[in-house]
Amino acid sequence: MLNFSKIKIVLIYLSFLAVSFFCFSNISDSNNFFLKKKINLGLDLQGGSYLLLEVDSTPLQKRQIQSKVIPLKKKLIENNINYKNFKIKENIILFEINTDEKERFEKFFKDKNNDINIYLNQYRSFELDYVFEKNLVKIFLSKNGIIKLNTSAVDQSIEIVRKRIDETGTKEPSIIKRGSNRILVELPGIKDPERIKELLGKTAQLSFRMVTDDKTEFGIETFILKDTQEKISVSKRIILTGDNLIDANPKYDNINQEPIVAFTLNRLGSQRFGQATSKNIGKRLAIILDNEAISAPVIRDAITGGQGTISGNFTFQSATDLSLLLRSGALPAPLSVVEERTVGPDLGQDSIDAGVFSLIIGFFLVIIFMIIKYRLFGLIANISLISNLLMLIGFLTLLEATLTLPGIAGIILTVGMAVDANVLIFERIKEELRKNISNNIQAFDLGFKRSVVTILDANITTLIASIILFIFGSGPVKGFAVTLSIGLITTLFSAYFISRHLTSIIVLRNREKKFLI
Amino acid sequence: MKKEYNYNFIKKFKMANLISIVFVLISLILIIFKGLNFGIDFKGGTLIELRVESNNIKINDIRSAFSNMDLGDLNVKEFGKKGDYLIKFEKKEFNKAVNIKSIKESVVNKLGVDVNFRRIENVGPKVSAELLNSGLIAICLALGAMLFYIWIRFEWQFSLGSIVAIFHDVLITIGIFSILSLEVNLSIVAAVLTIVGYSMNDTVVIYDRIRENLSKYSSSTIDDVSNTSINETLSRTIITSVTTLLALGSIYVLGGEILKGFSLAMIIGVIIGTYSSIFVASPILKYLRVSYKSIAKEEEKN
Repeated sequence: MLNFSKIKIVLIYLSFLAVSFFCFSNISDSNNFFLKKKINLGLDLQGGSYLLLEVDSTPLQKRQIQSKVIPLKKKLIENNINYKNFKIKENIILFEINTDEKERFEKFFKDKNNDINIYLNQYRSFELDYVFEKNLVKIFLSKNGIIKLNTSAVDQSIEIVRKRIDETGTKEPSIIKRGSNRILVELPGIKDPERIKELLGKTAQLSFRMVTDDKTEFGIETFILKDTQEKISVSKRIILTGDNLIDANPKYDNINQEPIVAFTLNRLGSQRFGQATSKNIGKRLAIILDNEAISAPVIRDAITGGQGTISGNFTFQSATDLSLLLRSGALPAPLSVVEERTVGPDLGQDSIDAGVFSLIIGFFLVIIFMIIKYRLFGLIANISLISNLLMLIGFLTLLEATLTLPGIAGIILTVGMAVDANVLIFERIKEELRKNISNNIQAFDLGFKRSVVTILDANITTLIASIILFIFGSGPVKGFAVTLSIGLITTLFSAYFISRHLTSIIVLRNREKKFLI
Repeated sequence: MKKEYNYNFIKKFKMANLISIVFVLISLILIIFKGLNFGIDFKGGTLIELRVESNNIKINDIRSAFSNMDLGDLNVKEFGKKGDYLIKFEKKEFNKAVNIKSIKESVVNKLGVDVNFRRIENVGPKVSAELLNSGLIAICLALGAMLFYIWIRFEWQFSLGSIVAIFHDVLITIGIFSILSLEVNLSIVAAVLTIVGYSMNDTVVIYDRIRENLSKYSSSTIDDVSNTSINETLSRTIITSVTTLLALGSIYVLGGEILKGFSLAMIIGVIIGTYSSIFVASPILKYLRVSYKSIAKEEEKN
């Protein structure tokens, strides 16, 4: 165990140097490929905001169920099923059929090629589920149908969330999907996420509809106008939605200098808007945003150029925000913040200071203790500890890992536990020396050999725990698992190669002298 | 040459086990009846850490600035430096009328001074339930994985012994958190998992030695073998706990308020873990009648 070939020695120190070299890239400004890598600071250290958003797909579910009504009725008639009392309650379609019709219903409803209850190949299940209660049939979205709806809503939302955040000028936001219905947004350096939360909290579904009392065609809804508090009834027929918008900007109105939003429509939108406005001159057009009527101006002229404005008691800020929302597009469903963690930059800096300070002190305490306890071999343990620390930081840089406050704690803990490997070896050698062994070399040889298994066992157990923590932990705690796991690996390397090599140098020079440790 | 340790641990096993059983029982009773002081991670709610530079603001002013806002159960405490406060309240979900923005504005208005909101955390009810769940799953998985590892590496008596020792450590650590009403949050789960790893590590070192010595001194009783093995590894056991505790103590004292709970849990866990590998894990081998013969038989079977 004490004989190292020259090649081995070179390899050991080369790999040590290669890894620990990356420590320096953290303090270098160079843009060189090797020096570019840096340890990322977690939000708890650099300050910033962590927002977990959840898509509320209930309105989507309702819409999805509603979209099934007409084709379903058609299909029932096609199959000679006499349904009665057809109605929709929340997200459930209800109707009654005769007992002998149930079989026919099931036959078409569970056909994998039917176009109402779509078979979802990736989930191996249907989009809809149904139950019979005597003659009553209840149809609702299946578990996987909801998951699919959520997933597609999240996929659509992510792009829009990114656009909205980019519009605010936030640097390096990270926006990722979490599970089937969540989006994780990390905003480094943001001190106050309130504006972003406000922007993300609105779906910004815009529609233009006529003010009318005529219930016959599509039905009407009543709204209270936001600017004048007037009660208006609005047709359910949508002339235009925000989807037809290609641009929106805040402006001041020429006449009374009020902030307004000026928008530009795409070609299809311009055509439709032109037609609707030319047919309805003198009537009022309601502008509905997220189920709120913001204004209902009277149409004075046909608007054919695809340019229009929205007024509605805006401040310049709210006009700016609305323009931003309209530019980035509507969210398919409302997003709500289910978890939020914001750390100010000064607390982050305080945490770094405290963390680094306690790391330095902890490190020196351990080093001093080892010197007192083992003298010369304490020095070896300490050299191995320092190289361990350098390699740990080097690895973190190489992987561009995220360092969090618990992560710093993980490094300190590694310092405390890393000497264990050395202690196991030294104690074992001591024991061997006490026995009737002829010379130092044999004792060291046996000591190393016998302690290796124990060192592996002992470190693997801690590694198992920290890998599980890495899988299940979230945010800062994950950072702890990262540093602890890497620390265990560098510990094994530095104990098995570096300590052993340094020990071998001393032992080979002192073959006869007894009891070195 | 320093004399090697030669304490008689066996004589103290009975007493130590009795104490352990009492402590575990008390911990269980505390955990069941007194419960744990869950932080917002697991209970849901909101946490605000703020700093006021003005000397005229007292803790009561902070408390009254937050009251009358219908925030539910409110808890205000000083946090580290003078002028730093930690405010926790029950309110989990916000709406247009009451939200973080409105709370911040109202607090600044009521206090009439500049307030530095250093940290704001809000955990909704769904997420907190999920975090608690995944924390528990993580701990169970870690225990299971340890059991599995030790089961392939050692004989079943050893796995049972080490698992009992881990349960002992984790339960008493949580029991201490219960009796002192210390906050249990995500970082405590991390601490518990690390304690599991550390305790296992410590136990494995002694078990390795016991197994080695069982075959070396095949005619000796398990009592003698345990005692020799504990003594032989005692020096290492102590040194490693000391260096680990030095590192943890440094985090506890100097690492800032946020790491206090975590490092305290670890300190408690390391002390108990060290104790248990000697006084819990080793006697169990004796109770399970481990001997050179039983080990040889097991090995033959495998």
